[in-house]
Amino acid sequence: MAKRSTPGLNTSSMADISFLLLTFFLMTSSINTDMGISRKLPPPAPEDNNEKIDIHKRNIFVVKINSHDALLFDGEIGDIKDLKTRAKDFLGNPNNLENLPEKKEVDIPMLGKYMVSKGVISLQNDRGTSYDMYIQVQNELTAAVNEMRDELSYSRFGKHYADASTDQRDAINKAIPVAISEAEPTKIGGNK
Amino acid sequence: MARFKKKNDKGTPGLNMGSMSDIIFMLLFFFMVITTMRESSLIVKIQVPQATEVQKLEKKSLVSYINVGVPLEPEKYGTEPRIQLNDAIAEVSDIANFVESERAAHVEADRPFLSTAIKADKNVKMGTVSDIKQELRKNGAFKLIYTTSRRAK
Repeated sequence: MAKRSTPGLNTSSMADISFLLLTFFLMTSSINTDMGISRKLPPPAPEDNNEKIDIHKRNIFVVKINSHDALLFDGEIGDIKDLKTRAKDFLGNPNNLENLPEKKEVDIPMLGKYMVSKGVISLQNDRGTSYDMYIQVQNELTAAVNEMRDELSYSRFGKHYADASTDQRDAINKAIPVAISEAEPTKIGGNK
Repeated sequence: MARFKKKNDKGTPGLNMGSMSDIIFMLLFFFMVITTMRESSLIVKIQVPQATEVQKLEKKSLVSYINVGVPLEPEKYGTEPRIQLNDAIAEVSDIANFVESERAAHVEADRPFLSTAIKADKNVKMGTVSDIKQELRKNGAFKLIYTTSRRAK
């Protein structure tokens, strides 16, 4: 048999195929980043805490979630759809109503004198509340705060909160704090 | 010049692409391995709740995870929601050690920025989550993230 060199395999498309695989894995792995709602826990309450912090009734908006995931806003049965507007009305108090929170004048760099709301949203949940409902409530409250921050940023700096500089954001964060207080968990309903 | 005259005019020789695929495959395997290694395997079933106002976790190396959900092996760990720390089922009382070891694993400059992510199934009751939160408060881990997935507004 005559000596014949074997023809080389055309492997140039191999690189294309593996590039395709590579980009696929790169994309799927980067999509999988974790996201979430961030919160800051308060430091533990001292044991001998007998003095009650005196907060005026008009400065508190109580949101309660029971073990059947039903909501109570300030003693009235409410729906989660209304929570965001209720929270915004409460924290913003645009018409300076008597029954909505007081405001305190604070000097904030970049914003000047700003009337910071003294309002606190008190969130109380039962041990039997589902985590899903709790997150939905936290989400609505966060949405209320975020929308207010965005509005303030737009009126003062002419850009959205997400596009504002770090200093501007800090100023806005001071003007509109995340005023959500979570009650010490209570054991209601007997079974743990 | 005659010295530089081409010997034959059969076009440019093709580049040898044989090693290209090897290099790309190496990259591919690298990414495949990395992506599977990053997630510690879950032994509890977790379907996180959905939310619209989500933030991305900034520095992943500074976040420690507490997983809560129904165990995947009910015959071993029961059917009630349990807490998973690292790769094992744990109790609420183990969180103190967990927080301490996470702190020890980071350099001192990073410690104030450590945060804890609670990755809980949406059907978990708040009782378990409250217990975890109380335990974290006691141990000074105040930065908390509730892991959720993004939902369209």
